[in-house]
Amino acid sequence: MFAFAKPALATPADRLIAAARWRWYETAFWLGTLLVLFAFPGYLQLASQIAIVGLFALSLDLLMGYAGIISLGHAAFFGFGAYVAGIIAKYGWGEPLSGMVIAGLSAGLLGLIVSPIITRLHGIALLMVTMGLCVLLFEAANRAVWLTGGDDGLQGVEIWPIFGTFTFDLLGRTAYLYALIVLFLMFLVARRIVHSPFGLSLQAMRDNPRRAPAIGTDMGERVRIVYTISAAMAGVAGALIAQTTQFVALEVLSFQRSAEIMIILILGGTGRLFGGLIGAAVFMIARDQLATSYPQYWYLGIGALLVAVVMFARGGVMGGFDRLVRWWRARAGAGR
Amino acid sequence: MVYGVLLFLMAVGLSVTMGLMGFVNLAHGAFAMLGGYIAATLMAKAGWPFLGTLPLVFLVVGLVGVLFERTLYRRLYGAGELDQVLFTIGLVFMAVAAATLVWGPLQQAVRLPPFLLERIKFGIDLPAYRLFLLVVGGVLTVVVVLGLERTRFGAQVRAAVDNPRMATGLGINVEVVFAVTFAIGSGLAGLGGALSVQILGLDPTFALKHLVYFLLVVSVGGLGSIPSTLGAAVLLGLCDVAGKYYVPQVGAFILYTVMVGILIWRPQGFKPAKRAR
Amino acid sequence: MRVTMLSNRLKRWTLRFGAAAVALAGTAGLAMAQEPIKIGLLLPYSGPFADLAVQMDGGVQVYMKQFGDTIGGRKVEILKRDTTGIAPDTAKRLAQELIVRDKVDLLAGVVFTPNALAIAPLTVEAKKPFVIMNAATSIVTTKSPYIVRVSFTLPQVVSPLGTWAAKNGFKKVYSLVSDYGPGHDSEIFFKKSFTAAGGEIVGEVRVPPKNPEFTPYIQRIKDAKPDAVFVFLPAGEQTVSFYKGVTERGLVKDGIKILASGDLTEDGQIEATGDIALGTITSGHYSYAHKSPENEAFVKAFEAAFPKGPRPNFFAVGAYDGMGAIYGAIKAQNGQTDPDKMVEFMKNYKVMSPRGPLEIDPETRDAVNTIYIRKVEKHGGKLLNIEFDSVAKVKDPGK
Repeated sequence: MFAFAKPALATPADRLIAAARWRWYETAFWLGTLLVLFAFPGYLQLASQIAIVGLFALSLDLLMGYAGIISLGHAAFFGFGAYVAGIIAKYGWGEPLSGMVIAGLSAGLLGLIVSPIITRLHGIALLMVTMGLCVLLFEAANRAVWLTGGDDGLQGVEIWPIFGTFTFDLLGRTAYLYALIVLFLMFLVARRIVHSPFGLSLQAMRDNPRRAPAIGTDMGERVRIVYTISAAMAGVAGALIAQTTQFVALEVLSFQRSAEIMIILILGGTGRLFGGLIGAAVFMIARDQLATSYPQYWYLGIGALLVAVVMFARGGVMGGFDRLVRWWRARAGAGR
Repeated sequence: MVYGVLLFLMAVGLSVTMGLMGFVNLAHGAFAMLGGYIAATLMAKAGWPFLGTLPLVFLVVGLVGVLFERTLYRRLYGAGELDQVLFTIGLVFMAVAAATLVWGPLQQAVRLPPFLLERIKFGIDLPAYRLFLLVVGGVLTVVVVLGLERTRFGAQVRAAVDNPRMATGLGINVEVVFAVTFAIGSGLAGLGGALSVQILGLDPTFALKHLVYFLLVVSVGGLGSIPSTLGAAVLLGLCDVAGKYYVPQVGAFILYTVMVGILIWRPQGFKPAKRAR
Repeated sequence: MRVTMLSNRLKRWTLRFGAAAVALAGTAGLAMAQEPIKIGLLLPYSGPFADLAVQMDGGVQVYMKQFGDTIGGRKVEILKRDTTGIAPDTAKRLAQELIVRDKVDLLAGVVFTPNALAIAPLTVEAKKPFVIMNAATSIVTTKSPYIVRVSFTLPQVVSPLGTWAAKNGFKKVYSLVSDYGPGHDSEIFFKKSFTAAGGEIVGEVRVPPKNPEFTPYIQRIKDAKPDAVFVFLPAGEQTVSFYKGVTERGLVKDGIKILASGDLTEDGQIEATGDIALGTITSGHYSYAHKSPENEAFVKAFEAAFPKGPRPNFFAVGAYDGMGAIYGAIKAQNGQTDPDKMVEFMKNYKVMSPRGPLEIDPETRDAVNTIYIRKVEKHGGKLLNIEFDSVAKVKDPGK
C-alpha cells in the first residue's frame, strides 16, 4: 500500500495545479486595492488610472514577459480600443460594458490581422516594426478627422451609468471600482493562461526558441494566439481610459505611450503578472508626487529611479523583492 | 541624399555602440544632444568658429562616454536587452532634465560661418552646408570602415564582442577595447549632434525626439555594418525627401512604410547575411 | 422594528449633521476672510512643451507681483499642476483632484485644446469657472458655460491677414501648414478671407507635425513661383527648421515673401531663427514690441523676473490677462468667489492689456482682439515684430 503514497508534484499536471494555487499575498494585494477606497478617497482618480495602466502593462507582460515578444508599439491596440469605445459612445450607444467588450474584440481582431507579421520577426527588427505600425496608425487617426476628431480629440463621448444606476461621479468612486473589477477579471484570465499548458509552452518558446519547435511546439500559431489575446486586453484598457475620461485624444496612440508602458512593465518586473501592476503604481505615484513638488524637473527623478532599479534591483521591483525574500529565507534557514 | 547623409552621421555612432558592441544604447541621442549643446555654447559664449568646435566636441563627448562606460555601462554588458533599454532610457530622461536645468527649455541658436550658408552652383545649386555634410559623411565612412574593419584594433573589437573570454585568453585587454570603442561611438554621436543642429534645431527633448530616427536607420541597415548603415540612411533619406516633394499628401507615412516593408522583407536589414556561427 | 430603528437612527444622524451644517454656515462668513482663494493652474511644466509653461507661469507671476497676492483681504494661492503635454486623461484627473481634494475656487491655464475639452464637462458639474489662457481652437468655449477664454483663436488671427494680403498686391499665394487641427484651421480661414478679397491659392501642402526637414516642400513652393507663401507652424523647433530650409533653398532671395500667423516669428524664440526672418509679415494679437505704457510696464516686470530670458510672448500675455480677469471678478464681489457671479463679471470684461484693447464677447465668452499686421525688423540688434497695420475688434470667425 505504501507504494501508492505519491511523492509531491509527481506529474506535470500536479505541478501546474500547485503553481496556480492562490497565495496569501495575492489575496492580500487585491483586498488592499479595495482599501484604497476608504484610505485615500482623494486619490481615487489616480488609483483608477493606475488600475487602467496596470491592465495595459499586464497585457504587454503576457507578450513580453511570457512569450518573449518585445513590442514598442503596444499603444496601437490601447489607442484602437479607446477610439472604438469612444466612437461607439459618441454615436449613441453609451452603455459602458458592451462598449468595452466591443472595443476589446476589435483590438483583438486588429492584433490577429497583424500577428502573422509578428511571427516572422525578432530582436531589433521586431521592435522597430511594432513601433512603425503604431506610428502609421497614429498618422491614420490624425488624418481621419471626420471619424476621430483629429488633433482636437474625439468630442461628445457620453457614457451612460453602469447597469443604468452607477453614474461616473466627481469623486471617481464608480470609475475606480469599474476599472478595478475589470482589471481583476482580466488578471484572472491572464493568470489562467499563464498557468495553463499553453502558457508553459509560451515560456518554453521564450526561454529556448530553437528547442521549442523541436519538441513539437507550433510557435507561429501560439504567437498569433497570445498576440491576439494581448491586443484585446490592451484594447479593453484603452476602452476604460476612454470611458472614464469621456474623451479620446490622439495621444493614446503615441510612441510615448508605447515607450512608457514598456518602462512601467520593466520597472515592475516582467513575467510576473504583478510586475505590471506594481510598476504602474510605482511609476505613476512617483510621477504624481514629483510633478507636484518639482514640476519642471521630475524627469530627473524618474530617470534616476530607472537607473537605480537597473543597477540595484535587476528584474524590476518584483525581481528585487524576490531576491530579498530569497535572502531572508536563506538566512532564516541557516539560523535554524 | 543629403538628408540621408545627415541621418547617417547621427546613426553611425549608434551603429558602433549598438551594432558592434551589442548594447542597446538608447542614450545615444543624449550624447548627440550633448555634442550639440557644447558646439552651440562654445560658439555663442566663447566665440569659437563652428568648425573649430567639432574636434573638441568629439573629444569631450567621447570622454564623457568613457566616464559613463567605466562607471555604469560596463556593469550591464551581460544583462538582458530589457535592462539595457530601461537603463539607457533612464539616462535619456536625466539628460533631458539636466539640459533643461542648464540651458533652459528654449531652442538654441546656432550661427554658421557665412561661407557654409552660401549656395554653390554645380549645374543645380546646392547649399554649401549640405555639400559640407556630404563630404564629412564620406570621410567618416571611410575612416570608420577602415578603422574598424581593416585594422588590428577593429579585429580586436570584433573578437572581444564575439567571445570575450576567448579574446582575453588571446591577450586582448577586453575592458580597454570596450572602453575605447564606446568612446568612439559616443564621440561620433556628439559629432553627429553638433553637425545636425543646423538642420534639426536643438532643445532639451532632442535626445528623445530623434531617437526614433537613429533606431530606424540602424535597424534597416542591420547591426554592426557601417556601409549598410550608410546605405540605409541614404535610402530612407531619399524616400523621405522624394515622397515629400512628389506626394506631400502622404508625407508622414512614407518613412515608416518603407521601414516596415524592408524589415518584413529582410528582418536582418541590409547587412549581408552571416553564416551561422 | 428594524426599519423604524434604522430610520430613527437616520433621523438622528441627519439632525446632527444638519446642526453641524448650520454651525458651519454661521462661521463661513468669518472663515471666508482668512481662507485663501485657490486657483488651480494647469500647464505642461515638463516634457516637450515646457517652454510654454515657463512663459505662462511667468505671466501669472508677473501679474501677482504687480497687483499683489491678496484680493479683498484674502490671500491668493496658486496650485500648479503638470499636465505633461497633450494628455487629456492626466489633465482631467488633475482638474478633478483640484476640485475634489484641494477645493479650488477656479481652474485656469491649459495650453492644448484636447486637455481643455476633457476638463470642460467637470466645470459644469462642479460649477467652477475655467479661465482658458491659451487653447486656441474655436469650439472650446462652447463646451461649458463656465469657460471664459482670454487668449485668441487662430481663425481670428489669420483671417485679417488674408484680407490684408489680397489688398496689398499679393495675387498668388502657396499655403504651407502643419498637418493637425490648428494647421487645418489656419489653412481654411486664410484661404477664405484671401480668396474673398480676390486672391488665389496656387497650391496647398500640409506637413507632418513632427517634421525635421523642410527643403523638399520649400523646393516645391519655389517651383510654383507664387508671390508669397502662407505659413502656419507651431512655435519652436518647427519654425526654426522652416527658416533653415528657407535659407538653404534661397526662397527669400527669389523674391517670395513669407506671410504667417504670429507663431512663426513668436517673440520668445525669434532670435533662434536668425536674420533670415527679416521681412516676414505676420498677423498677431500681441507683439513684444507693441508700443503702449501697459506693455512697457509688463515687459519691464517680466524681464526683471526673468533676467536671462526668454522674452515674454503671447502665451505670457494670455496668462497675464487671465489673472487680470480673475482678479477683477473676485474684487467685484469683495473677495467672495461665487462661481456664477465670477463668470457673469468675466463675460463683460474689458481691459487695456499689454497686447492692446481686449474684451470678452458676452455671448460666446470668447476674447475679442485687435489683430495687428507686423513685419520683422531689426532694432538695436534685436529681431522684433513691428506692428504697422491693425484691424480692431476682431471676433472669432470660427463660430
